[in-house]
Amino acid sequence: MTVLAYLIPISLMLGGIGLMAFIWSLHSDQYDDPEGNARRILRTDYDDHPKAD
Amino acid sequence: MTATLRATPSACPACAAAPSAEALAELAAPKEARLILSLPTAHCAACMSTVERGLAKVPGVHDARVNLTLKRVAVAAAPDMTAETLIAALDRLGYEAHELDPGTLTSTAADKAWRELLMRLSVAGFAMMNVMLLSVAIWSGAEQATRIMFEWISAAIALPTVVFSGQPFFRSALAALKARRLGMDVPISLAILLATALSFYETAVGQGHTYFDAAVALTFFLLAGRYLDYRTRAVARSAAEELAALEVPRAIRLEGGQEVTVAIADLRPGNLVRVRPGGRMPVDGVVVDGTSEIDRSLLTGESLPVWTGPDATVSAGEVNLTGPLTVRVTAAGRDSSLHRMADLVAVAETAKNRYTSLADRAAQIYAPGVHLLAFGTFLVWLWLSQGDLYLALNIGVAVLIITCPCALGLAVPAVVTAASGRLFRKGLLIKDGTALERLAEVDTVVFDKTGTLTMGAPEPVDLHNLPPEDVALAAALAAASSHPLARALVTAASAAGLVPATVTDLREVPGYGVEGRHEGRPVRLGRAEWVGAVPLEVTATYLDRGQGKPLAIPFTDHLRPGAEALVAALKAQGKAICLLSGDSRGAVADLADRLGIADWTAGALPEDKAARIAALSAGGNRVLMVGDGLNDTAALAAAHVSISPASALDAARVAADIVLLGQDIAPIAEALDVARRATRRIKENFGVSALYNLVAVPLAMLGLATPLMAALAMSASSITVSLNALRLR
Repeated sequence: MTVLAYLIPISLMLGGIGLMAFIWSLHSDQYDDPEGNARRILRTDYDDHPKAD
Repeated sequence: MTATLRATPSACPACAAAPSAEALAELAAPKEARLILSLPTAHCAACMSTVERGLAKVPGVHDARVNLTLKRVAVAAAPDMTAETLIAALDRLGYEAHELDPGTLTSTAADKAWRELLMRLSVAGFAMMNVMLLSVAIWSGAEQATRIMFEWISAAIALPTVVFSGQPFFRSALAALKARRLGMDVPISLAILLATALSFYETAVGQGHTYFDAAVALTFFLLAGRYLDYRTRAVARSAAEELAALEVPRAIRLEGGQEVTVAIADLRPGNLVRVRPGGRMPVDGVVVDGTSEIDRSLLTGESLPVWTGPDATVSAGEVNLTGPLTVRVTAAGRDSSLHRMADLVAVAETAKNRYTSLADRAAQIYAPGVHLLAFGTFLVWLWLSQGDLYLALNIGVAVLIITCPCALGLAVPAVVTAASGRLFRKGLLIKDGTALERLAEVDTVVFDKTGTLTMGAPEPVDLHNLPPEDVALAAALAAASSHPLARALVTAASAAGLVPATVTDLREVPGYGVEGRHEGRPVRLGRAEWVGAVPLEVTATYLDRGQGKPLAIPFTDHLRPGAEALVAALKAQGKAICLLSGDSRGAVADLADRLGIADWTAGALPEDKAARIAALSAGGNRVLMVGDGLNDTAALAAAHVSISPASALDAARVAADIVLLGQDIAPIAEALDVARRATRRIKENFGVSALYNLVAVPLAMLGLATPLMAALAMSASSITVSLNALRLR
């Protein structure tokens, strides 16, 4: 069962990375316009002026 | 933005003036102007590209960014850019746009609260999944070192999570205790804290059950309920904010012969204000110059325009129809008649007995019940085990955890979210959380006439019964005016396939009508006194054919789409229907007859309306008031629940619990139905969580509860109530 000593920290770390990524996305205003962003990514033209603030 | 020449002053200066004045001052400063426009028709990726590229081509625009979720575009431009330029540019691109007042739209505080709640929820979710995973190993029989290690890891995850994510509950529980109340949050906080503390003690001592998973899951499920609740209200608030921001409170002040656009808050008694045709009176005042007709329907419910000229008094909120007026301000802002009407609303609101929501009523039974149960169990076990404090405490805490209020905390928000989402798609905006429950109890529906059951837009009656050549002559005269009656006449005549007669020397006499020459005779179309006719009781315009005997062309109000269907549906549902209008007898009787409403009152003053509602409520009726005018505002506030169309004045929208966003009024019947079903779902959900408790609590009181049982009861009941709520969508 010594494998647990590696596996548990690894799984917690992976989960933690996911949590950090979510909190970062929350703080960088990525949920202001979910519908617009979903459509922008499929456009052929380049987004010249991404939202600054 | 220093000189925006659009005369759309808000009718409620007190509501919006303060922030907008600041915003205006800020915008007036010589720096980059930031404008926000509403784009109700934008819906696709191509729309975004078209709008952003199109606006970027307008000289002076630095940057334009579309937000498709909110259907808005934010523009950064040179300081002298006006919204009109942008609206015109968007119009050429094929998009309807409205200026929004950026001062009214600052929602940074709400934004922060939303973000904070979501962060606590995500942390609790992460912790719950990991602790659950570790707990599964313990439940399936992990022994000795493995078990101790898993318990310590669980503790290491659960402790910080509870401290961070549980804060909203702890804070509100503390506030409740300070006010000497037992809210829902007191048992929740107690359960979370006691479960964590007991489990930590067990982990340290190394025996017995740990409830880390239960403590964290409880936090997660309850936060999910809070989040749903918050989101529903945030959607409603942002839509309501947008409605408020649509009316930019500005007025045109005459300063030494110059027209200057100023914020309404800056107007002082004695100032001269210019009100263009189509504009709304920003202040109370006396007409100094010009003649016109004014539409008072939003204030009094009268559908007939009233003549006005020098020395006539006008009130804020009235709409100027035909000629430009110069008005000397007698009262502005807080002293205006609009604001006095708002005071009437405040009085009605204090008189309105506070409604106790179903959730509050459930909490009133639940909170003391749980405490008594847990404490009783603790005492009984203390006595049974002859003073074994540890055992008694353990079982007492198990009872507190098992009577999980998570289903209770989710039951209402999940249903309200599902129901208001459904109604929002139908064009109804629920502003108040308990509005749905109150709507479900309604047995009497009271309607206003002008602007609610009717569009407030007239249409000529029986045009085909009049001589066609006279109608053609009237249409020719009417074409020269922008008066609502004249415009309706032109539309109706061309719809009937009539070609307007040739009239020369056309001249509009503001406040009276239009005159001209037809086949050598002077002809006139306008007010009864002006053409020498006997006025009818209903709204009408009069045609003088230049050969005596003027002809009356009566008008009726255009029915709001869905009004007939709504009245029929309400009758089928067995509701009592009542029509209360400030309009004249003839017009009200005609409409009541058309819709088949037997109970109607004409000429009602705002006080009469509120008094009638109060009388109905005193008689044990639950009244739904549907109205749009200022004269309805007090009645809207006095009713059990109220609905107002989006075209209403902002004061009426503020007083109403529900705002009808579309033109069609028929969704109200469906709203009543959805509200009834939503209330049934809420009660079912309470029943479901009571059932879970009925099974689990006796086991816990007997000391047979295990952490596995607590986890199962909690998750199963939460998922059941959520699924039950989703059936409403």
